[in-house]
Amino acid sequence: MSDNPVFDRIRQEIDQNQVVLYMKGTPIFPQCGFSAAVVQVLSELAVKFKGVDVLADPSLRDGIKQFSDWPTVPQLYVKGEFVGGSDIIREMFETGELKQYLEQQGVASAAVDA
Amino acid sequence: MAMDAAEIQRLIKEGIPDAVVKIEDLRGDGDHYAAHVTSSQFAGKTRIQQHQMVYQALRGNMGEALHALALQTAVPAE
Repeated sequence: MSDNPVFDRIRQEIDQNQVVLYMKGTPIFPQCGFSAAVVQVLSELAVKFKGVDVLADPSLRDGIKQFSDWPTVPQLYVKGEFVGGSDIIREMFETGELKQYLEQQGVASAAVDA
Repeated sequence: MAMDAAEIQRLIKEGIPDAVVKIEDLRGDGDHYAAHVTSSQFAGKTRIQQHQMVYQALRGNMGEALHALALQTAVPAE
């Protein structure tokens, strides 16, 4: 698989940040309902995350889809691993699986630190 | 650009022959659907892999002609 130059940037972002959400818009101003849904789940779990706006960079918008072989945005990464898009994140949140997974990954929620 | 429910159903069943597919048109605009897909081929696969199988069956339409597909996958109960 020829390496897309954007892949290095993505690898760096997901390695340097415990939780990264590639989304449309920003956490404060999501530009799409699905992205907003994941932002809301993460804030309800009080999880600190880095939001990356793919609308700001067309090469990233396509590159992220090739990187994970996943056709849509948003995409959530925890400790460098692709966890899912908005359907999977919402399903995991509703079953309590997401909270458990984050704890297993040692991603403490802000509330617990305080 | 949009897709109709029958087209989505046909593509998924072509790609995953034993799939039982239920499609709901969320807004009637041909762009926002919910689909529930059950197949024994999902057994032993992660949710991500299951969803990727459905996206592959949709042959690149996902995220293009088809803007939103709220997807749920399941393995048939034994």
